Amino acid sequence: MTSFIEEIRKELSERLPNIKLRLVRASILIENPKDLTQVVFYLKENPRFLLDYLSSITAVDYLDYLESVYHLYSMEKKQGPVVLRVRVSKTDTTIPSLIPIYHGAELQEREAYDTFGIIYEGHPNLKRLFMWDGFEGYPLRKDYEQEDSEILETADIEWLESKGIGITNEVKEKAKQMKMENKRAAAQKPEKPRN
Amino acid sequence: MTQVENRHPSETLEINFGPQHPSTHGVFRMQMLLDGEKICSLKPVLGYLHRNHEQIAENITYAASMAYTDRLDYLNAMTNNFAYAIAVEKLAGIEVPERAEYIRVIMAELARLVNHITVIGFLLNDMGAFFTPLLYAFREREKILDIFEEVSGSRMMCNYFRFGGVKRDLTTENLTAIMQIVRRFPAFLEEFEALLTKNEILCMRCQNVGILPANLAVNSSITGPVLRASGVNYDIRKVDGYSIYKRFDFRIPLGEKGDVYDRYFVRILEMRESLKILYQALNKIPQGEFLNKKTLPFLKMPRNFKPAVGEAYGRIESPKGELGFYLVSDGTPQPWRYHVRAPSLINLTVLEDICIGQKVADAIIILGSIDIVLGETDR
Repeated sequence: MTSFIEEIRKELSERLPNIKLRLVRASILIENPKDLTQVVFYLKENPRFLLDYLSSITAVDYLDYLESVYHLYSMEKKQGPVVLRVRVSKTDTTIPSLIPIYHGAELQEREAYDTFGIIYEGHPNLKRLFMWDGFEGYPLRKDYEQEDSEILETADIEWLESKGIGITNEVKEKAKQMKMENKRAAAQKPEKPRN
Repeated sequence: MTQVENRHPSETLEINFGPQHPSTHGVFRMQMLLDGEKICSLKPVLGYLHRNHEQIAENITYAASMAYTDRLDYLNAMTNNFAYAIAVEKLAGIEVPERAEYIRVIMAELARLVNHITVIGFLLNDMGAFFTPLLYAFREREKILDIFEEVSGSRMMCNYFRFGGVKRDLTTENLTAIMQIVRRFPAFLEEFEALLTKNEILCMRCQNVGILPANLAVNSSITGPVLRASGVNYDIRKVDGYSIYKRFDFRIPLGEKGDVYDRYFVRILEMRESLKILYQALNKIPQGEFLNKKTLPFLKMPRNFKPAVGEAYGRIESPKGELGFYLVSDGTPQPWRYHVRAPSLINLTVLEDICIGQKVADAIIILGSIDIVLGETDR
C-alpha cells in the first residue's frame, strides 16, 4: 500500500508541480487547502488511478490545528485506499467543498461542519446535520465545554416563564449573577476519564 | 377567440413526513414539497436519535466501545462488532486465530440473513401487504436470533466479538443447530419467493420506481445492495477479501435497472449466496483457539490496552453497505478520534435525486428499499 501512495505522490509532483505535498503516515498531506479540489479532480480523472468513489470524509482535532481526512477508493479498478489530508488552523477553517466532484460528500461534509466547525466552501446547504439550528459550539472539538442542563440561564428562565412555569427568586438571582460575570453554565469535567 | 386554459392553476404544498410516521422506520423526517401527489423536492432532516456516539467512545476505553457499537445498527449487531474489531486489530496489529475467523464469518453471514429478511418484510409492509410476509420473515429471523442468544447471551445486542477473536467458542450443538437452519432456509426462501417474486401486484408496484442510475450511485458513494442493484460490481468481501472471505466460493448478484424491484431481488439472491458461504464455513471450520491468547490481559484490564500512536481505517461489507471505523490513537487507553462511516447515512444522499418526480406513496417504498436504521444514521 505504501508503494501505491508513493507512486501517486510521484505522479502528482510531476504533473502538478505547483502543489506542495508531504507524506504523513502512508497518506498525502496537501499543504495548502485551496489545492484540494485540483488534486482530487486529477486523481479521479486520471485513467491510471480512477478514484471514483469517495468513501469517507471526517475531521480530527489535533489541538493546534484541525484536519480533514478523505478516504478515496476506485470502484473501477478495485484499488485503494488513498488517504488525503488537509490541515487548517482553528481560526480560519475554510476548506473547498468536494460536492462539485463527488455528490456523496454532501451529508458527510455537513456532519464534519456540525461536529468540528469546518466550513466547506461551496457547499450548497451547509447546515447542522444532527444538532438543532441554534446550537452553539462544536461538540467533537477537544476544547468543547458541555452545558450543565441542571443550571438555568436567563434565556432558559425567560422561556420557562413564557410557558407559565414559576421560577424561584433564588434561581433567578443566580442566573443574573452568572450573566453579569459573563459565564456559561458549563458542566464540570471529570479530572480523569471515568472507566 | 379566448384562449382556453388547459391546466388548472396548481399550488405546491409543503409537508413534513415524519418524524413519528411508521413508514420512516424510526425518527426520520422528510421535508417534502408536493405538487398534487408529485414530489418536487425532498430534504431529509436527521438528528432525532443523536446521542454523540463518537464523543462517548472517545471518553471510554477501546474495549468498552464494543458494546456501544451494537446500538448503531441494532438489526445486526454482529457485523458492527466485526467492523470495529477489524479496525482495532489493524490499529494494534493483533492476529486472529483460524477458528475465530470462521466463527466471525458464520456470525456475519447469519446477521446478513437476519437483516435482508427483515428489510424485505418491512418493505412489503410499506407497500400495503400488511404483516403476512413480515411475519413469515420474522418466523425465520427468530430461529437465527435464538442462535445469537445461545452463543452471546443476547438476541439483538450481542457484544460477541473481542479484539483477536470472539467471546465464547461455538459448541458442536451450536454448529449443528446452525447447520439445520442453513439446510432449512432454502425451503423458506422458495416459499417466500413463490408468494412474492413473480407476484403481479408486487411487480407493478415496484418496477420502474425509484430508478438509480449506476454512475449517480458511484458518484454519491452508495454502497451495499443498493449499489449492486444498479449493476455496479463492488462487494468489499471480494475486493478487500478481509478476514477469510477469499477462501469461499460465492458470487455477487447484480441488478440491471436499479429500481425498487431490483433492490428487493438482489437481497433475495444475496441471501442464497450467504447460505453458500455458511455451508462452506460450517463444513470447513477447524478446531483450535477461539481467541488470541495474547489479548487475554487486555480483557481483564482494558485500561492496559494502549495501541501505539497511529491511525487505522477498517471497513467491512455490512448488510447495508460499507461500514467503516476510523480510529486515531495517541497512545492512551482512549481513542483520540473515533469515527463511524455509516452506510445508512451516506446512502440517504441519493434519496432526493431518486424521489423527485415520483408520487408520495413511492417515496415510502423507495425509503424502505434503501434500508436505513436510524440508530446508525443519527449516531
